Amino acid sequence: MIDAQDLTKRFGNVTAVQNLTLHVNEGEVFGFLGQSGAGKNNTIRMLSCLISKTSGNATIDNYQIGNRDDQLRIRELVGILPENVGLYEDLSAYRNLDFYGKMYHRTDQQRREAIERLLKMQGLWERRDDLVGTYSKGMKQKVAIARALIHDPKVVFLDEPTANLDPESAKTTRDFILELKKERRTIFLNTHNLDEVQRVCDRIGILKTSLIAVGSPDQLRNSLWGRKTVVHLTSVDDKILSAVKGLGVRNYETVGNNKIVIDVNDPDVDNPAIVREIVRAGGSVRFVTELRPTLEDIYLRLLKNGSASAA
Amino acid sequence: MRLSDSWVVATKDLGIFRRKRYIIYSLIALPVVFSVLLPGTILLSLSGSSAASVNEAVNRILKPEFNLFIMLSAILPSVIGSYSFIGEKVEKSLEPLLATPATDNELLLGKCLAAFIPSIGATYMGVVIFIGLTDAFTYGILHRLALPDLNSLVIVFLAIPLACSLSVEFSVVVSSRVNDIRAAQQLGSLIILPLLAVFILSEVGTLSSDVGGTLVIAAILLVADIVMSFIARGTFQREEILTKWK
Repeated sequence: MIDAQDLTKRFGNVTAVQNLTLHVNEGEVFGFLGQSGAGKNNTIRMLSCLISKTSGNATIDNYQIGNRDDQLRIRELVGILPENVGLYEDLSAYRNLDFYGKMYHRTDQQRREAIERLLKMQGLWERRDDLVGTYSKGMKQKVAIARALIHDPKVVFLDEPTANLDPESAKTTRDFILELKKERRTIFLNTHNLDEVQRVCDRIGILKTSLIAVGSPDQLRNSLWGRKTVVHLTSVDDKILSAVKGLGVRNYETVGNNKIVIDVNDPDVDNPAIVREIVRAGGSVRFVTELRPTLEDIYLRLLKNGSASAA
Repeated sequence: MRLSDSWVVATKDLGIFRRKRYIIYSLIALPVVFSVLLPGTILLSLSGSSAASVNEAVNRILKPEFNLFIMLSAILPSVIGSYSFIGEKVEKSLEPLLATPATDNELLLGKCLAAFIPSIGATYMGVVIFIGLTDAFTYGILHRLALPDLNSLVIVFLAIPLACSLSVEFSVVVSSRVNDIRAAQQLGSLIILPLLAVFILSEVGTLSSDVGGTLVIAAILLVADIVMSFIARGTFQREEILTKWK
């Protein structure tokens, strides 16, 4: 659905996005992570034909972003929730959405139905005629999300969709994103909320002017840390450590006097053998777990190293 | 070019303007000053005068004063046009608007129409009141309609729309450089300075205030309009707005 090849954007001498190569599948929720100023916003603006590219190519549903005729088609295909909600505070929620429905050339009936569906879904139908200026931040955010979806877009760019939302509304929005996924819409999620990424994204890309990593959270985790098994014992002695060493594992270390952390290739295959050898060496195994670095660990390590570990 | 898209943008803006008190007050107060207070004081001072005196006052004071409506038509868009563009900037609503499939020219036309329609409407309202007041006061003495004459019709149908659109386009250019509505209004109102100069020149007799003189003014406005429309179109481009507008 979204294809970018060496996409680059420069403003004078400043390179905002460099050689971004990316593929996002139809129906995929793709999380886009990076520090402020990493180029996420400019990438979205280029992909939604709001600003031009300096070099490289990108297509949305096979429409070229640099092609003048294709740009209008891309804008019809794409829905955007920008960083700032940017609603008309002197208009009601209904009129805000109706205006955008008209701008996307929806018929009267399509607009009525879409507005009712989206505002009911966001719990704002009863307040549809109130001026947006009287809404809370969270309510405005909900209206802005509805606006991004008013024309039934195939691709949705969401910039921090749960910012300003209370936990319940944030969950509603995340569930809503997953609903959109079920409808085979492609979601490009620009966020700093790693927990949200973990919950809804199929894959993530980490940007630092250029893309430094892309893959599913598990793929990135494995590529950075490998897989580690933690064996919890009543106690660890030299005989047990010799047994572990004898298994030919890549690396192992003891933690305290009752845990061994062992690098494994495939826990399903390796763990039974490890437990068997430890028991044979006289060890008393309490339980076995997998050491899983958090997405935050992955993100911070990638940003620090600045090296691609794409999976 | 889809004119319907431009009209959607214009009607949305007009709906917002209805809720802005300072816009409504400006649209009422300025035409009232130009059409009631200015001619009113002159007409009241003529009460009891002879037909010859009234005729002279109409020709030497009221008819040249009619040129002020050209200025009025340039002042009002600076009030409204500034909101039309800066208001979107302040509310940060430009980005979602620019993300719609409308072209730059369609959006620009819509915004310009939103500033042009109420401005020209309020100016014409002032013109009607001015003419009505003048004729109501002088008809019984002169036994003919003092206004409209040919020159005032040229002003109404040629010079006023041209001055109004020039001011709207100037608002676009000013809005791209400032972030504050008041600053935009103050800078936008600079457009009346050349028009004020023309008014003074016609008052002192340097510039003829007959049909020929008005046609010259209209021709100058037309050229300025064309030049300013190119500048405004160059300014109102998506990338320019998102990356260079202050």
